[in-house]
Amino acid sequence: MSSKKAKKLSNQDYDEATRNQIEGMIKAEAKAIASRKGAVEAEECECKDGMFPSGPVRSDVTSRRQFLAATATGATALMVGSAAQAAAPPGAMDYPVQEDPTKVQGRLTNDDGGYGSRSQFETEVRWRFPTATKESSWTMTPLDAGEGIVTPSGLHFERHHGGIPNINPATHSLTVHGMVDGARKYSMEDLKRFPSVSRFHFIECSGNGLTEWREPTLKTVQGTHGLTSTTEWTGVPLSTILREVGVQDGAAWILAEGSDAAVMTRSVPIDKAWDDAMLVYAQNGEALRPEQGYPLRLLLPGFEGNTHIKWLRRLEISDKPFMTREETSKYTDLLSSGKARQFSFTMEAKSVITFPSGEMKLPRAGFYEISGLAWSGRGVIKRVEVSVDGGNSWQLAELQSPVMPVCHTRFRFPWHWDGKPAILQSRCQDETGYVQPTIKQLVDARGLGGGKYGSIYHLNGIQSWAVAADGGVSNVHKY
Amino acid sequence: MYTNTKSCKALIALLAGIAMSILPALGNAQGYSGPYKFGVPATSADIAALNIDVMPDGRGLPKGSGNYETGKTVYTAKCLACHGPDLGGIGATGGAALIGGRGSLTSGKPKKTVESYWPYASTVFDFVKRAMPFNAPGSLSDDEVYAVTAYILGEANIFDRKATLDATSLPKIKMPNADGFIADARPDVFNYE
Repeated sequence: MSSKKAKKLSNQDYDEATRNQIEGMIKAEAKAIASRKGAVEAEECECKDGMFPSGPVRSDVTSRRQFLAATATGATALMVGSAAQAAAPPGAMDYPVQEDPTKVQGRLTNDDGGYGSRSQFETEVRWRFPTATKESSWTMTPLDAGEGIVTPSGLHFERHHGGIPNINPATHSLTVHGMVDGARKYSMEDLKRFPSVSRFHFIECSGNGLTEWREPTLKTVQGTHGLTSTTEWTGVPLSTILREVGVQDGAAWILAEGSDAAVMTRSVPIDKAWDDAMLVYAQNGEALRPEQGYPLRLLLPGFEGNTHIKWLRRLEISDKPFMTREETSKYTDLLSSGKARQFSFTMEAKSVITFPSGEMKLPRAGFYEISGLAWSGRGVIKRVEVSVDGGNSWQLAELQSPVMPVCHTRFRFPWHWDGKPAILQSRCQDETGYVQPTIKQLVDARGLGGGKYGSIYHLNGIQSWAVAADGGVSNVHKY
Repeated sequence: MYTNTKSCKALIALLAGIAMSILPALGNAQGYSGPYKFGVPATSADIAALNIDVMPDGRGLPKGSGNYETGKTVYTAKCLACHGPDLGGIGATGGAALIGGRGSLTSGKPKKTVESYWPYASTVFDFVKRAMPFNAPGSLSDDEVYAVTAYILGEANIFDRKATLDATSLPKIKMPNADGFIADARPDVFNYE
């Protein structure tokens, strides 16, 4: 077995940069886990035994107790502005907690300035892959804490190649030129005048799961699968713009270019542009977040995340691909043959159980609702099956409607845990009939010749979570 | 019969007329009811300010030139701090190795560099011009980009260290891994039932 042989290689067999990256991300995840566990233990609450997504996970519990004490003695000072923000988790404000909220008036209406924030008791955050620079880096969505199918805008995973530019929409424009009848320049106001569409779509980084090719490496589903998020995107069909400028015969590719320090570029087949590509300016009902491309992003439903060019400033229509750095030296999939697959755009069908998942702990035997996400770049998820015996037998999971094409689909499966060791898996099938493969099947097809991370991109194999007799859940490989 | 047909035709024409007059105004989320003619024509100056990409056949290459020697000076001043004196990369800075690794792609421990992996010289020029150096992206002159490209490709024993790199010579360079890329063959696992 090539995979068994490959596993004998230790990290020492790889170059320093690769070793540092592996060790760095294990440490980064461990730090995130430790802060959650520390918070749970300090609380001495019912949830001490685990299942941390439902328990308080903040690391600054002391300040919360101080608030409680202060409120009890009536010595509360109203914290506002930056002081309250500084004490609160990201995205929250710290407010006094009333001992009995039915006996005192609550905080003042619209005193938050007119834009709400999440509860100070909710603390899930993205964490960053420890790349050498913080400008070219990525962060993972906390899928283990997620509900439903939509990713909160502030928790959407990120991948930046030159930091996050801060762009004034009043001065931003999109230029469309090349093999067109009339090159055109659009302001944001111009773009928003066109008939618009809103669609729910996932974006997944093709590097999602890159640590897991050879062996279980990261511990949590945030680490193994956190580079996928779902959003309701609103914008203009790219086909509308193509019709406006008039595409000439022979046009086959479009260069999309961002207005960031990487001047990020990808070549996109023009068929995709005619099909379902969008120029989006809104996410989840409001303007794009800066880290998601504000004010304008190219959306290519089902294509690997890096092609959804953010901070979009230019589209150039051409007869050939441009062979930019991101589609030659990066985002190509090196096989054992020494050849690399190029323009591997499609994100194939994939699913993962998010509850229970790595580093959670089931307190006792009994009923649990297994839950997770399935998605496919080729369309609609038709079914999801769950196995609680490591793939020996499979049962249909229930799909939460609406089930939308190229969108996270929530599945649920009732499970009575008998308290014995179990291995939980999910596998999905999309509308083309494609069934999510095992990691072994992918390794057999592509080899691990790409190095420590195999062919790096496009790992969509079945994820296995082992539940130990003590209820602890861990990342394993089981074929 | 005839009368009915006639009135039918008249009704259809009337409805079509109404549809024609309403649809462009309402728009259609799924279709196209333009032209809307929003935006303004992009002038050649507008395009020139943005149009920095370079293609493998040389389209997009600007005027100017450089060579190994001038490139060494540029590299030492602006690239070496991250990519190292031997072009081997410095992990802590994120600066990638630029040379070496030839023949490593089938070794199981591939070393992907400009020399061993990049299929086109145009990509080096394009990327250096648009995004390098990391601390001052887009700051190099076209001559400096030609020069530093000549230096990297010279160190990689791909381009003659005595030759001039310009819009004529660059597209003629054949990179060692030019034939190393294949089309996406997925789906490559079939569990169809």
